[in-house]
Amino acid sequence: MTTIELTGIDRDAEGFLTNPQQWNEEVAAEIAREAGIAELTPRHWLVVNYMRNTYLETGEAPSIRTLGKASGVQIKELYELFPKGPAKLAARIGGIPKPHGCI
Amino acid sequence: MAKKIVILGGGTGGTLMANRLRKAYDPHEADIAVVDRDDRHVYQPGLLFVPFGLAKTEEIVRPRRRQLHKGISFYETEVDHVALDDDRVHLADGTVLPYDVLVVATGARLAPEETEGLTGDGWMEKVFTFYTPEGADALGEALARFEGGRVVVNIVDMPIKCPVAPIEFAFLLDWHLRERGIRDRSEIVLATPLDGCFTKPIASKHLTYLLEEKEIGLEVEFSAGEVDGAGGRLVSYDGREIPFDLLVTVPVHSGAEYVGRSPGLGDELDFVPTDPRTLQSLARPNVFALGDATNVPTSKAGSVTHFEGELLTENVKHFLTGARLDGSYDGHANCFIETGFGKALLIDFNYETEPLPGRFPSTLGPMPLLQESRLNHLGKLMFQWMYWHLLLPGRDIPGISPEMHMTGKKTIDTLA
Repeated sequence: MTTIELTGIDRDAEGFLTNPQQWNEEVAAEIAREAGIAELTPRHWLVVNYMRNTYLETGEAPSIRTLGKASGVQIKELYELFPKGPAKLAARIGGIPKPHGCI
Repeated sequence: MAKKIVILGGGTGGTLMANRLRKAYDPHEADIAVVDRDDRHVYQPGLLFVPFGLAKTEEIVRPRRRQLHKGISFYETEVDHVALDDDRVHLADGTVLPYDVLVVATGARLAPEETEGLTGDGWMEKVFTFYTPEGADALGEALARFEGGRVVVNIVDMPIKCPVAPIEFAFLLDWHLRERGIRDRSEIVLATPLDGCFTKPIASKHLTYLLEEKEIGLEVEFSAGEVDGAGGRLVSYDGREIPFDLLVTVPVHSGAEYVGRSPGLGDELDFVPTDPRTLQSLARPNVFALGDATNVPTSKAGSVTHFEGELLTENVKHFLTGARLDGSYDGHANCFIETGFGKALLIDFNYETEPLPGRFPSTLGPMPLLQESRLNHLGKLMFQWMYWHLLLPGRDIPGISPEMHMTGKKTIDTLA
C-alpha cells in the first residue's frame, strides 16, 4: 500500500531513498511502520539522526560497530530497536542510501 | 637540512616505505626513522597454513630490523601518541621524534575483548584465532587432537585483514579432515555477517559453489554477539545460535591503540581517515597512511599495502618538494585463495572493478582468475620468497603493477 507520505519519494528496489533531500520526519515514520516499527521513540531517533548526519557529513554511513561506539546506543539495544539489521534499517529510515557494507 | 621522515610501524607497509625512501634520498637529504613495539616481523599470509602443519611459526617470523636497509633508525618501543599540532611523535620510552612527514603504517589490531565471552571460558582451549602466531600454534595443537565434531569458522564483523582467509581456512580444514579420514564425522560451518561468503558478488558466487562442493555450511548475515565457550555456543545479536566443538574466530579489528590517544588522527575504530587516491591523511597534509591502518574502501591485504607503497613513496617525495600529489591509486588488490588439495584461485580487483574471471596478468595467462589451479597454489607459495626478497626491500615484482589492468579479464558484458 502506498501512503501519502511516500508518494513522490524516489526509492530503490530495497526501499532506500535515492535522494536524501526528499526525506523528512513523516517519511521516516512511514518507512519505520513499513518495517514493523509502530512508533519511533527518542532512542530510535538518536540512532537515525546520528546515521543521517554522519552520512551527510562524510558521505559514508557508519557501520554497526561504529554506531555501537558513537551513537550513544549499544549494539545489543540497536538490535532491539531495529530488528535484524540495525545499520541497514536505520539508514533506510534515515533516508540515506544502503550502506556499502564492507570490503 | 635533512628532512625528517618518521614511519610508525615496521610491518609490510612501514618496511617497504622506509626502504624505498632510503633509496630515493641520500642520507644528508633525509633522516628516516621506523618505530615498532617489537622486533618480530610476521609474514602474515603464512599464518593460514600453521594450524595444518603446512608452515611453522618460526619460519614465518623474522627480525624487523634485519628487513630495513642501512641508514634507517629503528626504535623498538610503543608509540604513546602523535601530537599533530607540533609535528611530533611521543614514544612510550620518553623519546620525542619531530617530523616533516609522518607515515602511519601500524596496521590493524585484533580486539577479541569487544565480543562478549570471546576471551572467557574456552579461549585458547576450544576457541581460537589463527590471526596471531600464538593462536595459530594453539589451534594446530587442538586440530591434531580433534577426532570429529562441529567446527565453526566465524567472522565477528568487518573489516578484517584478508577477507578471504576465513574461507581459505574452511577449504583447508575440509582437505585436512578428509586426509585424516574423519571428514564424515565432522561438520564445517562458515558464519559471516555478510550476505554472502565474500564481499564482491561475482567472486562470492564462485566461492559459494566451492563451499557447496566441499560440503561446508554457510550461515549468512550472522552478527555474532556472544560466545559461550564452556557451553560451545555462538550466539548472534538477533538470537540465532550455532553450537560448536571448536570455534575458529576472526575477532573484530581496530587500528592501533595510540591512534585513539592522538587527538584528530583516527576515527571511532582507530583507523586513519585517508584520501583513497593519494593516501594523504585527512588529519594533516604532512601525515600519510597505508595498509591496514587506513579506512580506504579496499581489502586489508598485503598486496594492497604493496601497491599503495609504490604510489605513496612518490607522494612523500612530491609533498617534500611542494609538487602536486599523484592521485592515481585505484584500490588494486591481488589475492591467491587456497582451496585445498594443492590448488588455489586468484582474484585481481580494485575500487571499481570486482574480481572477474579470465587470465592473469594478461590473456596469455599463465594464471587463471577465479578458477582453481595448481599454478595459483605454487604462485602463493612462491610469493613468500618474493615478499622477503623483493617486496620488503622495495624492488619491483616482475609482471605486477600498482594499477589494475583489464587485459585478460572477462568483463560483465562478455560474461552475460
